[in-house]
Amino acid sequence: MAFDIDRAYRLHDRVALRPEPFGALAYHYGNRRLNFVRAHDLVTVIESLAQHDTVRSAFASAGIDARRWPAFEKALASLAASDFLVVA
Amino acid sequence: MEPTELAERGPAEAVPNEVEPDTELVEEELLVEEISIDGMCGVY
Amino acid sequence: MSLSADMKAGLQAPICLTWELTYACNLQCVHCLSSSGRRDPHELTTSEAEAVIDEIQRMKVFYVNIGGGEPTIRPDFWHLVDYCVDHNVGVKFSTNGSRIDAAAARELALSDYVDIQISIDGSDAATNDHVRGEGSFATALRAMDHLADADFGEFKISVVMTRHNIGQLDRFAALADRYGAQLRLTRFRPSGRGADSWHELHPSDPQQRRLYQWLLDRPDVLTGDSFFHLSALGDPLPGLNLCGAGRVVCLIDPVGDVYACPFVLHDDFRAGNVRDTGGFENVWRHSELFAEMREPQSAGACGSCGQFDACQGGCMAAKFFTGIPLDGPDPECVLGHGEELVSAAATAAKPPAGADHSRSAPVKFLGRR
Repeated sequence: MAFDIDRAYRLHDRVALRPEPFGALAYHYGNRRLNFVRAHDLVTVIESLAQHDTVRSAFASAGIDARRWPAFEKALASLAASDFLVVA
Repeated sequence: MEPTELAERGPAEAVPNEVEPDTELVEEELLVEEISIDGMCGVY
Repeated sequence: MSLSADMKAGLQAPICLTWELTYACNLQCVHCLSSSGRRDPHELTTSEAEAVIDEIQRMKVFYVNIGGGEPTIRPDFWHLVDYCVDHNVGVKFSTNGSRIDAAAARELALSDYVDIQISIDGSDAATNDHVRGEGSFATALRAMDHLADADFGEFKISVVMTRHNIGQLDRFAALADRYGAQLRLTRFRPSGRGADSWHELHPSDPQQRRLYQWLLDRPDVLTGDSFFHLSALGDPLPGLNLCGAGRVVCLIDPVGDVYACPFVLHDDFRAGNVRDTGGFENVWRHSELFAEMREPQSAGACGSCGQFDACQGGCMAAKFFTGIPLDGPDPECVLGHGEELVSAAATAAKPPAGADHSRSAPVKFLGRR
């Protein structure tokens, strides 16, 4: 299923997120994959996903500039593709 | 665009395509990158 | 900033933390990187080890690579593995297989947080046992059989590439296929007891090229990024292609000393000890050695070489133990820049060896039934 910013997503239970100077490291204890999340506001969005009915509202709530939404969407889609994000 | 800008240029000069700064898309950044943990030296 | 730059500048915690639980070992592999054999009387106690795990959990280190010596012969090994799992620290451990019987294999199959790597150095008993001791190949295969019988799933088979086994690449792949295991090939470094046999055992230049091509053709074979010096031959090999010592990885040894990586168990690369005030976290975040390593490094003599971006000057441990300056070329530099330096350095005094935990006499290994 294609990533859809009008759906609700959340971080997979088995993913650990660790803050780093550049943003965060995300590790999935199930599939052992590792992702670098390279923007602090993207980390904030990821952590807030479970509280929003849509990704779109998480973006708005975090004050993400509309010009960055495509990059953010691409980033979240790649996390979903490796099972780091699941449909809520 | 101000009509006077065009008027100031000579007829032979090409007018460069000017993109208004706020219509430019922010350059696409790669915000999530996957790294293989098995691709890391430090285990024997 | 690039991802490499992000990593080189230092992370809140290592991504790959290797922890040698004991110097005791029931084998006496010729090239052992930690010169293992005898237990050190000052090894961390069970509670000290638990305190390290508590710290690792607090730092959110995702998993530890446990090795040794032979970690399974530490009496509290299984307890410490359980302790890690109970504290959200994944475990990947490396073993010769001698304690992986049917029951152990079944226990391992139940846990989703513990991965296992079996070490062999030949695709047949003759090649393997020459380096690891009589019966060691049979023992390793028995462990693999137990894991397969217990439906463990994908375990790893880890091989150190030497002059004697480079010709067996396809056979290693076949062995891994037979067990549904992941094959992992790593670089032989002149570390520990490896220093004594490096000149005879390290792969020749044509062998390195053959290995490089074989790896390019098989991106599913893991290398632990240990062959990034070969990336100077052409397309980069999969992996980070950089040395992460002190930046992305480090090692905790059986007595709690923290080193930049498992291949430099030497005072010059010792950052501190987990028993010092502030524990492991303080060493990782504030030691002088690691701060130095996280500064931008000079390319030195390699700066004028067109391949430096690909190979990053190679492996620090390989240079150190062959007497080459750290900003010089790798001893196995694919353009041959290291060769003459190794020959010259061989006659000069080698750096004093790190602590040697080898047994005084070679042990004839008796495999369990």
